Amino acid sequence: MRVAESVNLPARAGPSWRYRRSTRRVLRMSAVHLALVATGFLFLLPLLWMVSTSLKSLTQQVAWPPEWIPQPFVWRNYPDAAAFLPLVRYTLNSLTITVLFVIGTLLSCPLIAYAFARIRFPGRDFLFIVLIATIMLPGVVRLIPTYLMFRQLGFLNTYLPMVLPAFFGSPLFIFLLRQYFRTFPEELADAARMDGASEIGILYRIFMPMSGPALAVITIFAVQSQWNDFVDPLIYLNKEKMRTLAVGLYYFRAYQDTTNWGQMMAAATMMTAPILILFALFQRYFIQGVALTGMKG
Amino acid sequence: MSVSTLVPAAWWARLGQARRRTFLGYLFLSPWLVGLLAFTLFPILAVFGLGFMEYGIFGRPTWVGLENYRDILTNDRLFLTTLGNTLYFVALSVPLSTVIGFLLAVALNTRLIGQTLFRTAFYVPSIVPQVAAVLLFVWLFHPQIGLINFALDLLGLEGPNWLGRPQWAKPAIVIMGLWGVGGGMIIYLAGLQSIPQHLYEAAEIDGATEMRRFLMITIPLMTPTLFYNLIIGIIGSFQVFVTAYVATQGGPLNSTLFYVLYLYRYGFEEFRLGYASALAWILFLLVLALTVVVFRSSSSWVYYESGGER
Repeated sequence: MRVAESVNLPARAGPSWRYRRSTRRVLRMSAVHLALVATGFLFLLPLLWMVSTSLKSLTQQVAWPPEWIPQPFVWRNYPDAAAFLPLVRYTLNSLTITVLFVIGTLLSCPLIAYAFARIRFPGRDFLFIVLIATIMLPGVVRLIPTYLMFRQLGFLNTYLPMVLPAFFGSPLFIFLLRQYFRTFPEELADAARMDGASEIGILYRIFMPMSGPALAVITIFAVQSQWNDFVDPLIYLNKEKMRTLAVGLYYFRAYQDTTNWGQMMAAATMMTAPILILFALFQRYFIQGVALTGMKG
Repeated sequence: MSVSTLVPAAWWARLGQARRRTFLGYLFLSPWLVGLLAFTLFPILAVFGLGFMEYGIFGRPTWVGLENYRDILTNDRLFLTTLGNTLYFVALSVPLSTVIGFLLAVALNTRLIGQTLFRTAFYVPSIVPQVAAVLLFVWLFHPQIGLINFALDLLGLEGPNWLGRPQWAKPAIVIMGLWGVGGGMIIYLAGLQSIPQHLYEAAEIDGATEMRRFLMITIPLMTPTLFYNLIIGIIGSFQVFVTAYVATQGGPLNSTLFYVLYLYRYGFEEFRLGYASALAWILFLLVLALTVVVFRSSSSWVYYESGGER
């Protein structure tokens, strides 16, 4: 078995009792590998199935037993799905919201995080606790009053309810950036102040250029949050033309009887692909970012 | 971009250093403070107030006192159903995703060939957009031609009509959630990797078995991470909505009518905003109470180094 052989390869020098146990060790390690290969496969199978279905003809979609390789490849499911519902339009809508949200996030969060991290003033520590409490607040509590507020402001059927809050900072992103800023030595800001730099100057000329990874993380999180968001577009947008991709996809389920699984999976693939591409490009930041959110604070 | 362009220079010059810092601090925080008032504090107070009102889509809100709450607790037959469904979901999905995520992380934290590959395989499903994932699982759960029932068929089992039977719909929705367990796994993995290696080496020299090392070092040092994920997991799964909305619309026979879905119906389909607000407030208190209980319990099982810094 290949896996077992390669486990054996890095023969480690150590006390002799290690060698006596090594057979058991190799057996156990290959068992772990096998189990992980099996479960890993199980986790990826649905994704492969999604793409595979999206390329199948109508008859092959319902074949029993299921067939893995589309034959022939039916690329038409993609344009057909985009004709069934205006997916291109929805994609552009989602993209608009996402881009505006990211801009708002990048304008507001560094400023706020910098004050929490590096400016000393009375009330700061208390407000920081408030910030953390709001991270844990169940979002559904504010759903109805916020809806009424935006309705009162005439924001229904605009992208403002999704986009506007970003310009006031998102608690989780502020928290992550603040933690990152705190890792810079205190003297860094102090020395710049001695040289007469303003706080804004310190933030934009020193802190921001050094915070590429953290900014990448919050950008990715922001993109994900808006690309996937379902509830807000559902309640704030009821003009069909304004729908986002997430809500648009729901209508494939709602109109299931008039479409087919190939088109439905084509639409799902179209929505998933950008996120997977983003992941392929910026894998490190995805993983680091998620790991960071778990650090105690 | 200096402050002096924003405020009168003479006034600024008269301020002491500490005052200037305070002014700047609040200036930088001001977007968040405004947002806190408008998007958090105001809604929390308003939802409390709205809970005492009758508020339809047209017309003005009218004060009805405790009527909404009385209706919810005594007349609303679906309230208990939806509460039961939600508790069922929380009780199943939080422990399962914690255990599975943690075990995967422990397995991935050993010396593996292709560790990055494994990590990617388990993580990627968690970033698939939720609506896309739900559509995919509706297809996988198809009673006749779905891949899941095909797999069960190969094992000689007869797969159920997952989303069409009240007793199977909730487990199916739990399974959909478990597919995204990779996010938690990454958090646990980061926690595991920050455990100082010398602790294990010292224990090994003292002759501690692997099991013992796991129980006496790994678990205690991971409790803060487990604790954090538990809290976030509870709060999140109480608000399960999208999966049920897209996959089942609460059916069959209200078996997947979860709390937020129910609240959504009152708020945005029947436009009884007062009633929905009362529901929201009840959920808030429920989640808050549970969070407080978990926080309270934490002193007996969460281990903080150097005598608890928090």
